[in-house]
Amino acid sequence: MLRLPRFSYLRPASVAEAVAMLADHGDRSSVIAGGTDLLPKMKRRQVQPTVLVGIAHLEALSHLETTPSGAVEIGASRTLASVLKDDELAHHQSGYVQAAGLVSSPALRNAGTVGGNLCVDTRCNYYDMSEEWRTASGSCLKTGGELCRLAPSSPRCWAISSSDTAPIAVALGATAVVAGPEGEREVPVASLYRDDGNAHLVLGRGEILTRLRLPAPDGWRSSYVKLRRRSSMDFPLAGAAVALKIDRGVVEGCRLVLGAVASQPVELNDLVHGLVGQPLDEEAIEEVASRASRLAKPLDNADLSYVWRKRMVKEIVARAFREAATSEVAAAP
Amino acid sequence: MSTPRDWVGRRLGTVPGGEDGDGAFQVVGKAMPRVDAVSKVTGATVYADDLSFPGTLHCVLLRSPLPHARIRRIDVQEAAGLSGVVAVLTGAAMPTRFGVSPSSEEEQALAADKVRYVGEPVAAVAARDEATAREACKLIHVDYELLEPVTSIDQALEVPMDEPIHAASKDSNVHRLAALEFGDVDEGFAASDHVREDVFFYEGSNHLAMEEHSATAIFSDGQLTVWSSTQSPHSVHRALSSVLGVPMRRVRVVATPHGGGFGGKVDPCSHEIVVAKLAMITGRPVKCTLTREEVFYNHRGRHPVLMWVRTGVTHDGRIRAMHFRTALDGGAHASLGAATTYYTGALQPATYDLPAYRFEGCRVFTNKAPCGPKRGHGTPQPRFALELHLDKLAEDLGMDPVELRRRNYVRPNSRTVNGLRITSCAIDKVTDEVLAASGFSRRERRDGHGQGFAVSAYLCGAGTPMYLNRMPHSEVSLKVDRGGVTVFCGATDIGQGSDSVLATLVAEELGLERGDVRLVTGDTGLTPVDLGSYSSRVTFMAGNAAIEAARKMRATLVAAAAEHSGGRPAEMTVAGGKIGPLSFDQAVAAAEELYGTLGSVGSYAPPPSISASKYRGSAVGPSPAFSYSAAVVDLDADRVSGEVRVNKVWIAHDIGRALNPVLVRGQVEGGVYMGLGEALMEAQAYRNGLLHHPSVLEYKTPLSADMPEIEQLLVEQPDPEGPYGAKEVGQGPLLPVVPAVVSAVHDALGVWVDEVPVTPEKVLRALDARAKGSDPRTGPRSFPKIPYPPCEKVALPDAASATL
Repeated sequence: MLRLPRFSYLRPASVAEAVAMLADHGDRSSVIAGGTDLLPKMKRRQVQPTVLVGIAHLEALSHLETTPSGAVEIGASRTLASVLKDDELAHHQSGYVQAAGLVSSPALRNAGTVGGNLCVDTRCNYYDMSEEWRTASGSCLKTGGELCRLAPSSPRCWAISSSDTAPIAVALGATAVVAGPEGEREVPVASLYRDDGNAHLVLGRGEILTRLRLPAPDGWRSSYVKLRRRSSMDFPLAGAAVALKIDRGVVEGCRLVLGAVASQPVELNDLVHGLVGQPLDEEAIEEVASRASRLAKPLDNADLSYVWRKRMVKEIVARAFREAATSEVAAAP
Repeated sequence: MSTPRDWVGRRLGTVPGGEDGDGAFQVVGKAMPRVDAVSKVTGATVYADDLSFPGTLHCVLLRSPLPHARIRRIDVQEAAGLSGVVAVLTGAAMPTRFGVSPSSEEEQALAADKVRYVGEPVAAVAARDEATAREACKLIHVDYELLEPVTSIDQALEVPMDEPIHAASKDSNVHRLAALEFGDVDEGFAASDHVREDVFFYEGSNHLAMEEHSATAIFSDGQLTVWSSTQSPHSVHRALSSVLGVPMRRVRVVATPHGGGFGGKVDPCSHEIVVAKLAMITGRPVKCTLTREEVFYNHRGRHPVLMWVRTGVTHDGRIRAMHFRTALDGGAHASLGAATTYYTGALQPATYDLPAYRFEGCRVFTNKAPCGPKRGHGTPQPRFALELHLDKLAEDLGMDPVELRRRNYVRPNSRTVNGLRITSCAIDKVTDEVLAASGFSRRERRDGHGQGFAVSAYLCGAGTPMYLNRMPHSEVSLKVDRGGVTVFCGATDIGQGSDSVLATLVAEELGLERGDVRLVTGDTGLTPVDLGSYSSRVTFMAGNAAIEAARKMRATLVAAAAEHSGGRPAEMTVAGGKIGPLSFDQAVAAAEELYGTLGSVGSYAPPPSISASKYRGSAVGPSPAFSYSAAVVDLDADRVSGEVRVNKVWIAHDIGRALNPVLVRGQVEGGVYMGLGEALMEAQAYRNGLLHHPSVLEYKTPLSADMPEIEQLLVEQPDPEGPYGAKEVGQGPLLPVVPAVVSAVHDALGVWVDEVPVTPEKVLRALDARAKGSDPRTGPRSFPKIPYPPCEKVALPDAASATL
């Protein structure tokens, strides 16, 4: 069995205290909620924080509030499983709930959290390996080495954004509340990420994602389709999140975000902009899906072949559009 | 013609409870939980890794980071100096080579001269705790001289770039060549109306037992004791004695309760020998538990096999000749690979009556984790190829694929072209049952939906021991006194339920309940020898040995009860905890008074008649009985994504008699699961000499939520020699599942995926090929040129030998 290294566990009484602890300990520390991503990585010595700052117990981070209009605020430490049990949330934010329900397996959703999935580390099958394997392979950019094992001539890390809820949150125009030493700030979820597998989160020292805010649906429909090997668990091999506003068959607004094809969620706003004002027929969906597939650049660092994953982007985008178009619109308040 | 019932009578004589009907037995045939069910599910079972002795040192193995390299020097000084480190060991201390098969003893517990795969153990540390031992491993400096790694069958067939992986294999990486011909194959092809050739590939896979290997050793008072999660304490016993130079009488190996073996714990392993040596050096208990990744390196799993098959048939579908070639990627060591090579050719004639058969096999060494025996040992690969090949032949002939098979099925009480003795054989019945239940012949035909059918055979125990000897394969002794009934048997319960089987048989014979029978098993210090839990041999062999011992004891108790009660022995009914008018305990007391200490023994060795021919490799294949399985797989295959979703599996299995249907069904279900995993996902694959996914997240296997519905049909036609007519179930049911999946994909989409696992991409490649007007298949295009020797021509067995 792989064992956890020794670490100190700190139990702050408040978000402010958690922020202070993280700021104090800097790079040696990590925030932990469900631990489903962090602890296996510590066992494999991919990350080696010596101080873990727990936030799962903080009540301030486990709330779920839905306004009559369907706008939702979810505390970052709330488990994915509990999100799935909320009828009101399912009614108003079906796309998000759909994505949350596709994360990993039931057991891990019982521990994994809303904030944890948004922040989940990027993945690469040269990186998500034991220390011994990585020693045999040679270290990579993400483990302090000089070169990317996947693309040795590349100056950057190509580890894959592997969140299922990030693409849909971005498509829905969600925002995140980030608490830090300077206080709280609210930022679009889209701006939390950058296309660098080695530093995919735009969070400063001591900063914690504390809340996810999903705007009122206001007539928008959404859907998330996930590609993976096994329906029982597994990280995404590609994901397609679609948010649509349709009035009498004509597209009024549309957002398409791909997951797991880059180091961050990939917004294809330019691509779908052309749909606005047009009827959403099968031909239009096929066209958009084909173009999305051409833009997606999965690499050979996840399960199954990247050629197949790229080809499948077309199918999951088309499916996401069809599902979103036929999904129910949350009733107006 | 004799009926199944006659066979039972002939072998077993009078069966307690009467042989008038299946329901007449007291314990046999009843659906009951395992005897150890409560301790297993409550966590009370003490597995190997749960063992902890005071003062135990923890051992960690340093493994090679390179696939192929000479070891120039190993510097352990720094590691030995680390606080908390008690001993550091290298291969120099254990030069004696060992191997599970005496024909290929080429492994060292720790590699001394060179490393042959990433993950090969080169040094070991014993320290006060695991973390210290792991830290110390990082302080061992190994100076390697890189050698060109060999990573494929094709590359292994070329002249080695630097040097062969094993010096003993001369200037080549070929480990073993086999070439046999039974009957006149050329004549058979000449007489055929249609001849077809196909090429197939079957990927390697790991056993993925839930429990990782673990061993603990204690050396005290000149006696060595090793507890290990092994499938064959006897093999470990032999290897320890040989490598450590300690006589077997001073070594005791205890097989601990198991979290699964599937063949991965048959070979004696590096860590088992290392902990023993470290215990001898330090005088303290030493323990080593492998990580999941280390289990992938220790491997001994399914061989990747490339196959070429050519078959000639008549217009009406009778096979006239078959020529089968295999090339096995063996990985870095021999393991049981010589036997595996022969197994890739041995059982084709066990399902189909081949009048002429040529088999050429080749196993090569590569710089990958060693392959070995995995559930089905060398037979799932050719079974996969053969069944699909027959589907294609049927298509060529415009014949129903089931009908083609039926016209060639072996018959009960016959002798195969390669000399195997077939006795009980429900191949027709399992076919009937699975077809009827699944509705295969009248299945709904629509695009994207398909069903596939396949049939198979498997051994009920290897007829020949792993090392040449004429001693029993399994031995049982029975102790009965006022303190109770204890069965001593070397058989090891690896989760398949052999303890439950022994308890069932002894309880039935003595008129007791299973819970009345105490079991001491898999302990070379206490129990008589059993060769191990492999080749589906335990129920058949240990079961018969237990019955023999119990029958003798029963006769003793009956005689005592008769004497005590003044009746005749024939009047003494043994049932329901009574022997005649006496309670069991009274009968035992009477027997102790009359005869003193009570004990009885039984043993089993297969009859010589199981094999009729002698040739190189003829030790592989013969078995006291064969089980037959048939499966229909129903699935949906997505034309757009290439994804396959299995909806349902029907599986019929020729069990002889289900001694306990609960255990039988558990084994069938496990076999179906493993078959589906190999058909659709599993791959022990490599990239740049490194394992592609040495973790259970990245190595894909179906999880419980991925499993389809399974409908099981147990066919009970008792075998004449099996214990109460029972046959094997541990391995056979896996076999037909894999080809049935691929056949169903063809049924659904009209394309062939001639290699497993069937990934979505392979399905799409075949569909793409069809769209372009090329051959609608994915799979290997050719079979390499292999320097097989001239075939050994084996005379056909005497027809009279088929008379049993």
